[in-house]
Amino acid sequence: MHIEVCEHPFNPWERLASFESEKGPRPGGFGATATFVGTMRDFNEGDDVVSLTLEHYPGMTERQLERIVSEVDDRDGLLDVLVLHRVGQVVPGDPIVLVAVWSAHRAAAFTACRQIMEALKSSAPFWKKEELKDGQRWVAQNTPG
Amino acid sequence: MPIRVRYFASLRERIGRSEDSLDAKPDLTVAEVWATLQPDRPLDSNTLAAVNQEYVESDRRVLDGDEVAFFPPVTGG
Repeated sequence: MHIEVCEHPFNPWERLASFESEKGPRPGGFGATATFVGTMRDFNEGDDVVSLTLEHYPGMTERQLERIVSEVDDRDGLLDVLVLHRVGQVVPGDPIVLVAVWSAHRAAAFTACRQIMEALKSSAPFWKKEELKDGQRWVAQNTPG
Repeated sequence: MPIRVRYFASLRERIGRSEDSLDAKPDLTVAEVWATLQPDRPLDSNTLAAVNQEYVESDRRVLDGDEVAFFPPVTGG
């Protein structure tokens, strides 16, 4: 398992490839990989968004992400997990979050990927501030899905 | 050791600083920490609290040397 809060832009596909080749699950040992990539949009609530600044709570954020992964229903069915999340300034098109899950069969991977992502959205201490053309605003809450 | 109290995101901006410090008292709760430091701001029901980097309810007791944090609903992902 690898969990990381990233202060600089990351390429999720390169990180997936390097994780699989350098540590990750044993080749041949897994039959399913489910990945979710969350990417910054250039619009929110009807307004153009120029950039986002993502803040976190160093220490608690990593602990909470570890807890989220450990509390997945079928934890024993997971062979490996990779979670990356950006902080700092992000522009439209930049990846914000990557959740990747490896398992023997697809059900555990699909379910865990979704569970981790939903729990991250509702309980991992990150906050987004939007830069609009005419000012800034904090995102008040996440959308349900 | 005093209690270290931290504020994040929009709450930090509203309060105008990122930290406070408070001496512990017997049976002090998270809600009382807030009320002592922010007497003019009722604790919003949306505000989340953590002690030593774990989520807690506002009736949780706070001890000498603890780190208490208050922050708004999270919006990551």
